[in-house]
Amino acid sequence: MKQNTLPFQGTPEQEAQLKQVIAEHKGQKGAVIPVLHEAQGIYGYLPIEVQEMISEGLNVPLAEIYGIVTFYAQFSLNPKGKYQIGVCMGTACYVKGSGDLLNKIKEILGIEVGECTPDGKFSLDATRCIGACGLAPVLTVNEDVYGRLVVDDIPGIIEKYQAL
Amino acid sequence: MEFARGHVLVCGGTGCTSSGCEQIIKEMEAQLKANGLEKEIKVVKTGCFGLCALGPIMIVYPEGAFYSRVKVEDVKEIVEEHLLKGRIVKHLLYNETVQEGSDEIKSLNEVQFYQKQMRVALRNCGVIDPEKIDEYIAFDGYKALGKVLTEMKPEEVIDVIKESGLRGRGGGGFPTGMKWQFTAASSGENGKYVACNADEGDPGAFMDRSILEGDPHSVIEAMAIAAYAVGADQGYIYIRAEYPIAVQRLQIAIDQAKEYGLLGENIFDSGFNFNLELRLGAGAFVCGEETALMNSIEGMRGEPRPRPPFPAVKGLWEKPTLLNNVETYANICQIILNGADWFKGIGTEKSKGTKVFALGGKINNTGLVEVPMGTTLREIIEEVGGGIPNGKKFKAAQTGGPSGGCIPAHLIDTPIDYDSLMAIGSMMGSGGLIVMDEDNCMVDIAKFFLEFTVDESCGKCTPCRIGTKRLYEILDKITKGQGTLEDLDRLEELSHMIKEGSLCGLGQTAPNPVLSTLHYFRDEYVAHVVDKKCPAGVCKDLLSYSIIADKCKGCSACARKCPVGAITGEIKNPFVIDTDKCIKCGACVETCKFGAIVKG
Repeated sequence: MKQNTLPFQGTPEQEAQLKQVIAEHKGQKGAVIPVLHEAQGIYGYLPIEVQEMISEGLNVPLAEIYGIVTFYAQFSLNPKGKYQIGVCMGTACYVKGSGDLLNKIKEILGIEVGECTPDGKFSLDATRCIGACGLAPVLTVNEDVYGRLVVDDIPGIIEKYQAL
Repeated sequence: MEFARGHVLVCGGTGCTSSGCEQIIKEMEAQLKANGLEKEIKVVKTGCFGLCALGPIMIVYPEGAFYSRVKVEDVKEIVEEHLLKGRIVKHLLYNETVQEGSDEIKSLNEVQFYQKQMRVALRNCGVIDPEKIDEYIAFDGYKALGKVLTEMKPEEVIDVIKESGLRGRGGGGFPTGMKWQFTAASSGENGKYVACNADEGDPGAFMDRSILEGDPHSVIEAMAIAAYAVGADQGYIYIRAEYPIAVQRLQIAIDQAKEYGLLGENIFDSGFNFNLELRLGAGAFVCGEETALMNSIEGMRGEPRPRPPFPAVKGLWEKPTLLNNVETYANICQIILNGADWFKGIGTEKSKGTKVFALGGKINNTGLVEVPMGTTLREIIEEVGGGIPNGKKFKAAQTGGPSGGCIPAHLIDTPIDYDSLMAIGSMMGSGGLIVMDEDNCMVDIAKFFLEFTVDESCGKCTPCRIGTKRLYEILDKITKGQGTLEDLDRLEELSHMIKEGSLCGLGQTAPNPVLSTLHYFRDEYVAHVVDKKCPAGVCKDLLSYSIIADKCKGCSACARKCPVGAITGEIKNPFVIDTDKCIKCGACVETCKFGAIVKG
């Protein structure tokens, strides 16, 4: 995966929010993962600067925090695009051709899985089964779900967000 | 309580939400208001009905009219015709419920999809509003907990569960009552825990999600019963963060149960206390393994621990912990209410009760089904599932996700239960059932699952971390046409080493997709390595396209579509494909109106 090249641009408001989250969970058993979830909700990703704040706040070694962040697929060290495209690679979607959808998106956007377009507009992920197998093959763009797709539907979907 | 003359039930499961049920509900409410019906007709957002392929789904009672693939534009007609004038809108009904030449509609139980089904774990899904505890209580909710706390001793509860023959629905099939007994027998001086495994990670499986979305209280109530039986007072539900609707409904359900005094201190004045918390996963398949799950709840990397000690002795924070799967819990209240004998009467000799399956892949009725144990694969695929679309031939069914195997067509009459599936090299797993047709390549499927396990192996033990990677590389080589016959032996040898040497269930079962496809579809592997052909036409490197001269009319449509200019010829004469230039994109096949281009 590509390393994050954008400098960290956290705001004081975000920091205050994070501090509050840390204060709420302090002393709770097994607090690290819930705090990381909320921190990612605040910043959109978990750069090392954020991990440092959590390490200090919860009094957990930074190495341990980093170990947890890199272990779980949902935690991201890189910023995500404004529109996060997730192509479901669950078995039901795969046997119905989601691999072809993924290739088409890569071709149009010129990025690989886990990357973000240079303008910050789109990022692409191959997601685990999202459980909408009845609609396979499925992709999501942020909260929107598109089902029963064929490769020819892809350009239209991307154009729709490009225009926004 | 207000009474309505009619109810409109709209499915609010993930499948139907993805097909836009929210807009349907909004439009329905607006249309009811516009027609002055908002007091007479009640709109209820329920859990999954099971027929996800037909979503968004709407059922109107008292008639029981089943509208499928409802569009926002259809709502007006349903309100004005059906709800206002009492005339069912026949052309919008699910076509199986329409009776030719009659105004009567068939009830849902007569529809083939539901006929063979028996709903125990899913009994309330698609019936009640999961966000309202009162509806759950009206359907005997919390009655089992009341019975247990006021009339039964913990040992009696465990005896009933043992007697019922219930086995874990998460995959392994360990007898649930035994697990409860072990946990109850452990010393609990410093507290014990009960936990629910809702980390449903198998790709293509969504049974647990549907239960949590459609009937969250049934799991909460069962966990309270389990806590009473084993002597715990704190519970955790570990759920995937990828299931936002389920998380939200569970939280609502927990809050409501607390408000009603069904969770918390001194429940039913019995002196029994029980608190329940949600813990979200963060996208690691291995966390479905029980010891890894506990590490994750404790806030660490989800790596498995060696067993023994088993969780029943040393689990969460080193204390005795009872861990069951969502569907297992969903059966508990029914067993308490109806008795062990009732439950024992369903299913086969060693597998009692029902099993929920998520039907997916190349099948007409994709969705959620619950059938008695012992139902054959044929009944599930051909009757409940409605067969394979587009007249294609059934090739294999995959059960058990990345831990399971492929069941070939000649074993389609196998009864589905724990032991029969084990005997043919697959496993029950959590209940994903993916159907594959002649267009799916078995080597490619094995490679797909290995890619998954390589990615999800936690890395703690070597056989799994490195072994699965090597398996994947060999499979990749074969799909590229560079494999040899020795590779097939190597695959087998390596698979057995990984199975024997891995620490946890993930590694021990990871080679199953390879072993089962090698066993049942060896000829397909051989075709890849010896003939350098992919019989299903999936593996791109082994494909070549050619034009059948007799069928080609020389229209040049394919040549114009070809992105690399590999097709040449003269108009009205047969064209040819230059296989060196061809990138095997398949665009020409789709373009040709005469079926003159073949791959193979």
